[in-house]
Amino acid sequence: MNRREFAKLLSAAGVAGATDIAWGVTRAVGQTRGGTLNTIIQPEPPMLVTAINQQQPTLTIGGKIYESLLRYGIDLKPMPGLAQSWTISPDGKVYTFKLFPNIIFHDGKPCTAEDVIFSCTKVLTETHARARGTFLRIEKAEAPDPLTVVFTLKEPFAPFINSFDCTTAPILPKHVYENTDFRQNPANAQAIGTGPFKLKEWVRGSHIHLVRHEGYYRQGEPHLDEIFYRVIPDAASRSVALEKGTVQLTQWTDVEFFDVPRLAKLPNLEMTTKGYEFFAPHLWIDMNNRVAPMNDKRFRQAVAHALDKKAIKDRIYFGLGKEATGPVSSKTRFYEKDVKTYDYSLDKARKLLDDMGLKAGAGGKRATITFLVPPYGESWQRLGEFVRQALGRIGIEVVLQGGDIAGWGQKVSNWEYEMTANLLYQFGDPALGVTRSYATSNIRKGVLFTNMCGYSNPAVDKLFDEAAVATTDAKRQELYSQAQKILCEDVPVAWILEQDFPNFYDKKLKNVITTGIGVHETFGTVSFG
Amino acid sequence: MTDIASGRQGHRVVAVALGILGWTAKFVAVVLVIATMSFLLVRAAPGDPAQVMAGQTGAADEKMLAQIREEYGLNRPFIVQLATHLKRVVTLDLGQSYRQRQPVTTLIGERLPATLILTGTAFLLALASGILLGTLAALRAGRWSDTLLTVVSLILYAMPVFWLGLMMVLVFSVQLGWVPAFGYQTIGVEMGPLGRALDIGHHLILPAISLAAVYLAIYTRLMRSSVMEVAQQDYIKTARAKGLAQGRIIARHILRNAILPVVTVAGMQAGALVGGAVVVETVFAWPGLGRLTYEAVLQRDYPVLLGLFLVMSVIVILFNLATDVLYRFIDPRVTTQAQG
Repeated sequence: MNRREFAKLLSAAGVAGATDIAWGVTRAVGQTRGGTLNTIIQPEPPMLVTAINQQQPTLTIGGKIYESLLRYGIDLKPMPGLAQSWTISPDGKVYTFKLFPNIIFHDGKPCTAEDVIFSCTKVLTETHARARGTFLRIEKAEAPDPLTVVFTLKEPFAPFINSFDCTTAPILPKHVYENTDFRQNPANAQAIGTGPFKLKEWVRGSHIHLVRHEGYYRQGEPHLDEIFYRVIPDAASRSVALEKGTVQLTQWTDVEFFDVPRLAKLPNLEMTTKGYEFFAPHLWIDMNNRVAPMNDKRFRQAVAHALDKKAIKDRIYFGLGKEATGPVSSKTRFYEKDVKTYDYSLDKARKLLDDMGLKAGAGGKRATITFLVPPYGESWQRLGEFVRQALGRIGIEVVLQGGDIAGWGQKVSNWEYEMTANLLYQFGDPALGVTRSYATSNIRKGVLFTNMCGYSNPAVDKLFDEAAVATTDAKRQELYSQAQKILCEDVPVAWILEQDFPNFYDKKLKNVITTGIGVHETFGTVSFG
Repeated sequence: MTDIASGRQGHRVVAVALGILGWTAKFVAVVLVIATMSFLLVRAAPGDPAQVMAGQTGAADEKMLAQIREEYGLNRPFIVQLATHLKRVVTLDLGQSYRQRQPVTTLIGERLPATLILTGTAFLLALASGILLGTLAALRAGRWSDTLLTVVSLILYAMPVFWLGLMMVLVFSVQLGWVPAFGYQTIGVEMGPLGRALDIGHHLILPAISLAAVYLAIYTRLMRSSVMEVAQQDYIKTARAKGLAQGRIIARHILRNAILPVVTVAGMQAGALVGGAVVVETVFAWPGLGRLTYEAVLQRDYPVLLGLFLVMSVIVILFNLATDVLYRFIDPRVTTQAQG
């Protein structure tokens, strides 16, 4: 299906400028309680238990159902979640959390420190690959009283305090899951959490219906009565749904990039790219460092010079993003801006290639490289085409290869590729979301989102190792800054963009994006008017 | 004499029973061959379901991959997996979806009604209007109305179905607001059975027309040429010479003979309709089997995919049988050996 053509047709048909589209939702003005939010879920999640499945759509809906100890602001600073207060011992090893009283699960049973300990140490270490890396560091977990959780770590791990968002550490009911096969537990169909919304109905292929959790511990929340997540697989139909007011909120890639400028002009809609700070998706051109000529850093530097990041941002992503300067996103902590940068310069690129002896042969061609196009939609195809054009100008012929998601994953994780593109999340801390792509210890064949490009540098490894266990932010900043400087010199991958995603919402909808996880948040305070 | 009669009767019963038995044996054999072939084909595609699932979480480790492979038996020898699959087919247990952790029969069962409503409506719509328009065109061959019908059906045939669907959404949903743009039913509203049926019918209009359009064109063209050919036959001339009324000639002599090729093609396409609605289901967010298939392919969700292949092939076989029966009903000269 060619969505681009449809977008053109939409514009041609005058829909782009249509202002008086019927507004299907009626509601009282000034009312903060009540109302129905209609939004989109795409693709349909396989289940809603975020402890067991961490796909994007699962987290979006699961965030309303499952909560964790903390929340994180747009600046990624911790805020109270299930825990109303917390302390960290000076040696960085003992974390004490005080829970709010009167927290109950959707089945009416209380949620206590025991549930938190059970979820973190028994369930998540078993079922959640990302949480496993963090919670296996716990030496001892104790509950001196029902509202106090004390975690003692084997050694300091600074990002520990950043690991209690609802997507990393959802709290499950111990009385339901204890001594069962977590993955096969029939309660997974009900999704029993503590969140402000609970699952009422799931009509597969059509919609997921959440309703108010009456016993929610935060007074007056949730403001909304219910939320409908509608499965709309076609991007053009999603845009129509937003324009017609059938849905009042879109997130992630619900709206295609090319539709964003048009929809952003509609008077009834608000658009923000906030709320992705925790994920801080980082887009880059991945070069397999094992394969010539990409095993020479001068070649990778040449690629970095040859790609016009601003043009990529403006032409392919319609301005949604910020040019990346290195491995750490400027939206997260420990970003270092004083690094070697690569301005758009074909002359510098050609000189680097000349220096490394990669001379132009017949027809000006220096080398031929295959580029595996990530099969996640049209913008990736266009990115591939852009790279082909750009590198063609410095004598590198790029052959685009297609495939589907499964094929792409297999080739890239098994290192059977030369060049591809990737979008990785940073998860609020370099130790969680950055180290994994460059550390020698994380070169693991067959596993996606590890150090797939095969970069290995003992100096960088050492800095990453030390930074993870350092207990002061100043020390960590120093170590991460050094690591970023080395990485920017070596350019294991060519960083392109700090990718932004648009959230469109009805202007009457309030408090939509309040934290660093944006649309994944509980939505307890979201209201109409 | 009674003995001979009852003997003949008995012989006849045995023949019919043998016929049914033979047909059933063929049916089972075909299903097993399809099950084996689809298993081999599905596995021939590169890609690993464990990796797809792990990949979508944005973070993965060896333990997770091993867990997924262990849980679904993906680490067992290929031949063992094939044997497990065939055993499941025989016992009508289609296994569990890797991704959704639900029985495949449940997943398919949930989607089947929506698909049958959509494709069934589209099929009947296309067939009925195709036969009607094709006959009209043939009877007016060479006149402007025939030319118009021919041109329209050619345009419909050439038009990509998603484009037609989106254009209709633009006109009838976005601009005029007559029909819903997508979805299977109005969400979040309590309705009685009749209200629900009407509501689904309302949502059905655009997708059914989109899906019917292509087939409509085929049936129209086919019916037109068939009617024109039959109308040239000697027995039609005889009927005219006998002084039969034009309406009776068309109904009894022309249509009955002319419709046979259309029935043949329709029978073949009816099976394909079940699996062939991916595009329409996607454009209109229709919760049918086409989308389930598409998603299962992307996810390498083998059990769902194999279950779908099986259900679809059974439906194709049943449609073929129905076509055979219908054929004999329309044209009693057609027989099969089983009855001989």
